[in-house]
Amino acid sequence: MNQTASSSQPRGFWEAPGGRRGIGAWVFSTDHKRIGLLYFYSTLLFFCVGALLGLALRLELFAPGADFFTPQQYNALFTLHGVVMIFLFIIPGIPAAFGNLVMPIQIGAEDVAFPRLNLLSWWLYAIGAILALTSLFTAGGAPDTGWTFYVPFSVRTTTNVSLATVAVFIIGFSGILTGLNFLVTIHRMRAPGMTWWRIPLFTWSLYATAWVQVLATPVLGITVLLIFAERVVGSGLFDPTRGGDPIMYQHLFWIYSHPAVYIMILPGMGVITDIIPVFARKPVFGYKAIAISSLAIAGAGSVVWAHHMTTSGMSDTAVLVFSLLTFLVAIPSAVKVFNWVATLYKGSISLDPPLLFALSFIFLFSIGGLTGLVLGAAATDVHVHDTYFVVGHFHFVMFGGTGFAYFAAMHYWLPKIYGRMYNKKAAVWGWALMTFGFIVLYMSMMIVGMEGMPRRYYDYLPKFTFWNQLATIGSWILACGLIITFVNIFRGLFKGEAAGDNPWGGASLEWQTSSPPPLENFVTEPEVTHGPYDFKKAGL
Amino acid sequence: MNDSTPENHAAHPKDYLGAKLGMWLFLFTEVLLFGGLFILYAVYLQRYPEGFKLGGDQLNVWFGGGNTLVLLTSSLSVAMAITALQRGRVKQAANLVGVTVIMALWFLVNKFFEWSAKIQHGIYPSSEHLKEMPGGEQVFFNIYYLSTGLHGIHVLVGMFVMIWVLILIKKGKVNPDDYVTLENAGLYWHLVDLIWIFIFPLYYLIL
Repeated sequence: MNQTASSSQPRGFWEAPGGRRGIGAWVFSTDHKRIGLLYFYSTLLFFCVGALLGLALRLELFAPGADFFTPQQYNALFTLHGVVMIFLFIIPGIPAAFGNLVMPIQIGAEDVAFPRLNLLSWWLYAIGAILALTSLFTAGGAPDTGWTFYVPFSVRTTTNVSLATVAVFIIGFSGILTGLNFLVTIHRMRAPGMTWWRIPLFTWSLYATAWVQVLATPVLGITVLLIFAERVVGSGLFDPTRGGDPIMYQHLFWIYSHPAVYIMILPGMGVITDIIPVFARKPVFGYKAIAISSLAIAGAGSVVWAHHMTTSGMSDTAVLVFSLLTFLVAIPSAVKVFNWVATLYKGSISLDPPLLFALSFIFLFSIGGLTGLVLGAAATDVHVHDTYFVVGHFHFVMFGGTGFAYFAAMHYWLPKIYGRMYNKKAAVWGWALMTFGFIVLYMSMMIVGMEGMPRRYYDYLPKFTFWNQLATIGSWILACGLIITFVNIFRGLFKGEAAGDNPWGGASLEWQTSSPPPLENFVTEPEVTHGPYDFKKAGL
Repeated sequence: MNDSTPENHAAHPKDYLGAKLGMWLFLFTEVLLFGGLFILYAVYLQRYPEGFKLGGDQLNVWFGGGNTLVLLTSSLSVAMAITALQRGRVKQAANLVGVTVIMALWFLVNKFFEWSAKIQHGIYPSSEHLKEMPGGEQVFFNIYYLSTGLHGIHVLVGMFVMIWVLILIKKGKVNPDDYVTLENAGLYWHLVDLIWIFIFPLYYLIL
């Protein structure tokens, strides 16, 4: 495993485009690192688009009454914010970008199992994204249904929902192909000595994620196809006047979209699990428990979809059963949180930027998870259903969880890919502002939700003004943190000092090759002799 | 998704098992795609047993039965093509894949006549005649058109995949030493057949 990187290759895979130059060396490349970077930049672009839309929403809600947008524009804005953030950023963000960048190196493979399929996945993602953006400006105007496309409104509205559903279908197909590719890669392409219990936990989390992607996404595929069929040929399967049932739409939609929450969070947990032992200089506590809990979350998370529908008119039995099942997801999630804290306990901690983002992740994700129980319990859910409490809760999980894990991964792995280091002091400032702004923004949302402000509303009663203004101010602080973080990281990556092969002292395989890695990741095939967190045997 | 090796990795051996594993995972996703429609069928059958009975009686079991025979024969021919190629009989394999393509076309022609007859009777999604029927029958015909339509698209895709494999065989890129592409195409074709094997009794026979 101790493979010395030759310093004669400072530019690694960057200078080996395989005959093509310029943009063609990227958009036709089958190298997983290049595809990973394509995903990284496209997801980051859509994160920025989604963030701007979010800021616009908060701006409108700064004061009661009509301020900047019409109600129709407001509906389109929050639909777009949801669609862009969910389908174009959070779901593909970590698995497609950092999974592609890091996973094959972590298991000692030279690429993924199907490199051309991998490229096709990115192309499908790009085509889907372009279609989604086209739906905003073409006939009918931006979809205004919310990202869930609930019937009957999504069938009746004259906005461009049909095109948006096609876009979602294509993006879903891209996710299926990535998941399929990762499953085969992890099963078939591990280096000699890389047994299942020596796989780094980020790769373990991707493995669990890939199963959810492969098994849940087709249900979304058929659901959006049905919406499309309802709109185009008038099939009426969800239309009560024609014998259909709108509740069936909600079931089909959430059978995918609840597991999709775990497509979003599991890779984030994997990132955190890889970061914490490195910066605590200690083997991870409970390796097997963390690996198995990933699979347990994937399994349990797939059977809880109907907790989104406790107020939709299901039978009491169904509500009770899904409420109970929902609580079960908390167990493997808590296993992970306890193991992270136990890994930090008595560790020799170095507070570098990746760890700071990881610590924010634990704190914010825990709040998100615990408020999830408030929503999972049927009795309290009836009170806070469709209020801003829900909005606050899922932002804590998705942004505070997955988003912060994405930034942690950025600060942790990008020096590996670029071979250069950013300014750590500026990174700490970015982190501090982001975390503080985040708490101000989304805590206010939860409080105003508890007081009864409904979600998705364009206007609100004067008594909600204070918390809304505080939330909007929080959104500005958060935006400042984001700007500092992005400027700092990209200045560092293109102009910073050389990072060295193993800047953080990690023991997993990706740190044993050069920074940036050569085209096929290792000059000679690595032989794995110890676990990914065995710092002593790695001589660190 | 069948060729696991891109040009710049040509030096590395093909992973036969990996290619098959990938195809099987993809077939799982196809089963689940249709699974959504089967769930809807189950729920609405439980809600409207009479409407489904009335709707099912109007379908022509001879069309459905004939198409079942056509598809089963095509599954046989593609399976025989794989065996022929494994035994080095390239020409026979190509002919058998050709037979599969013709069977696929035949299936689609049958489906076209079956659908046309129904449409001429004014039974199709959002038709005035259908909207006058009771809810159960409407749901039955809508879900019938969606299921057989989605399946028909898969037959069409499968047909083009078979034509593509046929070209690869002619070019010698799929040959007795490297036939995983044909095997995977065959697996896909069997899936198309399998889904029909569920659609046929559910819509034509048991009601």
